[in-house]
This record gives sequence, C-alpha cells and structure tokens, in this order.
Amino acid sequence: MLRILLLCLALAVPAHAEEVVAGLSQNRIAITANFDGSEILIFGAVKREDPISTTEPLEVIVAVVGPSEPITVRRKDRRLGIWVNTEAVEVDAAPSFYAVATTGPLVDILRDTEDLRHQVSIPRAIRSVGAPQTVVDSEAFTEALIRIRTKNGLYQQLENQVELSEDTLFRTSIALPANLTEGAYRTRIFLTRNGSVVDAYETVIDVQKVGLERWIYNLAHDRPLIYGIFSLFIAIVAGWSASAVFRYFLT
Amino acid sequence: MPMQIYLPIAEVSVNAFLLLGLGGIVGILSGMFGVGGGFLMTPLLFFIGIPPAVAVATEANQIVASSFSGVLAHLKRRTVDLKMGTVLLIGGLVGAAFGVQLFNTLKSLGQVDLLVKLCYVIFLGVIGGLMFIESLNAIRRSCKPGAVAARKKHNWIHNLPFKMKFRTSGLYISVIPPLIVGVFVGVLAAIMGVGGGFIMVPAMIYLLGMPTKVVIGTSLFQIIFVTGFTTLLHATTNYTVDMALAVLLLVGGVIGAQIGTRIGVKMKAEQLRILLAIMVLAVCGKLALDLLLQPSELYSLGARGH
Repeated sequence: MLRILLLCLALAVPAHAEEVVAGLSQNRIAITANFDGSEILIFGAVKREDPISTTEPLEVIVAVVGPSEPITVRRKDRRLGIWVNTEAVEVDAAPSFYAVATTGPLVDILRDTEDLRHQVSIPRAIRSVGAPQTVVDSEAFTEALIRIRTKNGLYQQLENQVELSEDTLFRTSIALPANLTEGAYRTRIFLTRNGSVVDAYETVIDVQKVGLERWIYNLAHDRPLIYGIFSLFIAIVAGWSASAVFRYFLT
Repeated sequence: MPMQIYLPIAEVSVNAFLLLGLGGIVGILSGMFGVGGGFLMTPLLFFIGIPPAVAVATEANQIVASSFSGVLAHLKRRTVDLKMGTVLLIGGLVGAAFGVQLFNTLKSLGQVDLLVKLCYVIFLGVIGGLMFIESLNAIRRSCKPGAVAARKKHNWIHNLPFKMKFRTSGLYISVIPPLIVGVFVGVLAAIMGVGGGFIMVPAMIYLLGMPTKVVIGTSLFQIIFVTGFTTLLHATTNYTVDMALAVLLLVGGVIGAQIGTRIGVKMKAEQLRILLAIMVLAVCGKLALDLLLQPSELYSLGARGH
C-alpha cells in the first residue's frame, strides 16, 4: 500500500522538470603496463525550464559500478592450532568496483524504496542468493566482502563529495585504484528531491587492458599451451641476455 | 621515482624496482650459496602480495630459465649422467602431473594457500634446522680437526629389484629409488614452485650413492625439464604463469647471481652455510606465524570455483 502511494507521489512530480546534462573527463580507461590507478572527473549541470524550486533541496548522487562477478567469501577458523579456511558463502553477483559520491548522507537524500528500485547503495548492489545451511551468520560474509573491498579502495562511499553550486552545476572526482578489473563501468547520476529520484542519467566508462598487457592476457587464456612455451622461451632468452650483458660490462 | 608495473596475469600493480631488487637479492644468495633460490623467492612473492597460485607457477617458469645456462655448461663438461637423469625425469614428470592435479583440487576447495604455506613451513623448517646444526658442527670440527664422517657404501638400496647400469655414475642399482626421488621432487616442483635441488642433491649423494661431480649437472638436467613441464601444466590448467613477473625477477636474479658468485668465493663455506640457514629459518618462522597467529581479517575473497 505504502509502495503504491509512493509510486503515485513519484508520478505526481512532473516528468523531466529538471534534467541532468553530464560529462566525464574520460570515458575510456586503458590499463597499460605502468597503470597505477586513474582519476575520473564527473561533472554536469541541471537543465530546467521552470525557476528553481526552493521547497526541497536538490541533491546529486553519482554512482560508478564495475562489472559484476560471482565471488566466494571464505572464513578462517582455528583447526589444530592453525588458521584455515573452513566455511564459505557464494555471492552470486558482486560488483568488482563500486563508488557512490553524494552531496549529503545517502540515507537522508535517497529513500529506501528508491534505493531498492535503482540499487544505489553498496549493500543493494550485491546479490546473494543464500548461504549453505551450515552457515548461520551469512550476513557476516557479505559485510566482510564490503569491508575487504572498501579497504582495497574498490568500494567507496563518498558522502558530501559531490560539489553542487547554485543548485545547477555539480562536479566530483572518483579515484579508480590500480587493481581494476576490465569491463564496462556503468556510471549513473541521480537528481533527488525529498528522497525521490527526479531524473537520472547513464553512461559507460570502458576499462580495458591495452597493448602488451591485452596481448599477454589474451594469449594466456586463449592459447595457453603456446603461451606457456612462449613464456619459457622468453624467460630463457631474457636470462641469457642479462648474463651476457653483465659479463660484457664486467670484462 | 617509483615505477609501478601492472602484471597482466597476477592482475596487481607492483613496483618494478621492487621485483628487480627481489630477484637481485635472491640471485645474490643463490650465487653465494650455490642453491636454486626458488624456495626463497616463492615465499617472498607471497609477502609482497602476489597470489600464491601465480607465485608458484611463475617461479617454475623462472627456474627453467635460470638453470638453462647451468645445464648447458654441465653437458659440455660431460658431468651429467643422462641415463640417471632420464630415470629421475620420468619420476619427476609423473610427480609434477600428480602435484598439479592436487594443487587444482585444493584450489577449488579454497585450501591451496594453506597447502603451499604448510609445505614451505615444513620443508624450510627441516632444511634450515639441519643446515644450521650441520654448519655449527662443521665450525666446531674445524676447531678440532681429525674427525671425518665416513660414508656407508652398501645399504638396503642394493637389495631392490629392477637393477640398471648407470655407467657415468659407476652404479649398478635398482631404478625404484631414483624413480621415487624423482616423483617426490616433481610433486614439490608443482606445489611449491621450487626446483627441488635441495632435496634431490642430498638424496643422490647419500641415498643413491652417486659421485659428487655428476650430482649437480644431473639434478639440473632433471629440474629444467620437470619445472618446464610444471610451467606448461600450470599455464594450461590455471592460467597463472605471469610472463612479465618472470622476466623482471629473472633479470634481477641473473645479475644478482653473478655478483653472489663473486662474493661467495671470498667468504668461508661454514659462515655462508650458517647465514643461509638463519635466513631459511627466518622465512619459515614468518610463514609459520602467519598460520599460527589469528589473522586481522578472518575472511577472504576468491573467484567462484577457485
């Protein structure tokens, strides 16, 4: 009942009264041999025909999400004095990267129902079907997944990191770490008023290994035997020439 | 200037100079002590954050390359017992195939890190301990000369069937012991990313009774083929051989080994051995502590099915 009511409320807001127009500093990220992370600048403006409404503040949410993949979360326990992996929970889909930048605390500027619909907050973006019967505290595993990825800079909750000026221009920057997975990074921008999404914009950032990195990775996965022989050959040649050069300079 | 390099297979970004330096230090040690260095390099790679599966497979690749010139030199000097080497190699190939199988099974169960680390703790502990005691005794002996340990010529090995003549080594023994030694070394190569010389050389001298002059060449002959085979098995089943990592470690390692050989000549053998023993025990201790102390993060992530 409440949901229907909220839906009506959302529909009551005139469609596209305010629209996002946005840009990215780059929409293609190349993982090269010396890739050490990257920073993307996301900026834009709010386009509107009517004068700025002053009743409820305008808020902006920027979410960048990397490709999802199934993950196994394992927990260690002490067995015979040593710490070994004992229990495991399979997570069906967890984004390899997730950054949410906002103009304010996410709980204040986005309703739970809207979060559910658009899957904006980090826990909403993770899909877990269920843990085996033996695991009683499966939430601890999902929490651990978020904790570990947050520590590695892969999940970022950047509250108050979107600068909004004059209720019209906004900008934020998101740091992509060095340990980035390849794929299409969906970038979404939401405008919210009173916790409801007023408008949304979506674009894609392409993250790809390029050049030698791409070539090595593809060869290793598509033609593993040739890759293996080639690795041995390259290593033998490299070792031999290094010693030859060294001896040449020493004598 | 920090120079980060993104390793294409390990999928981590590491400082290139750190890898060159690591290769160099292990190279210096292997040059000084005349050891392969794989058993030090693989745990060091764990410590800098390379996934154990990648570390083991890549180290196998590196060992092939760093043993290559050694094998050629020994073949030229005719200090390789090719017949014995072939018997050890057959065992080694069987062992490596079994080892990679075991490795992959445990990987799917999420226990491969534990297997690799446990193997390291046990082997480094035993080898380091034995070396430490022996070099202490050697230092004590050199103070009181006269006592030399006698080697037994005949043992139970000579009563086994399937005897074969090994002309280069001047032996007439059963093929069972060298086959078993080969299998054992092959399993170690696959699981630990080592050549296995530290097991094979003593086994050849004390168990098989081979003359010392052919031991190094023959073991290198076996190692190069077994680690080559292991590299191919890991590359085709796990996709964990990182070419870029191997080359960086190798370049550092080869140069380090040349420096190490020159340092080694100037130092006393007993002092060298005790130094190496202390280092092996230190690496062993660090790995053991990681297993024994409660980790700060009890949870870990892995790709599905790995």
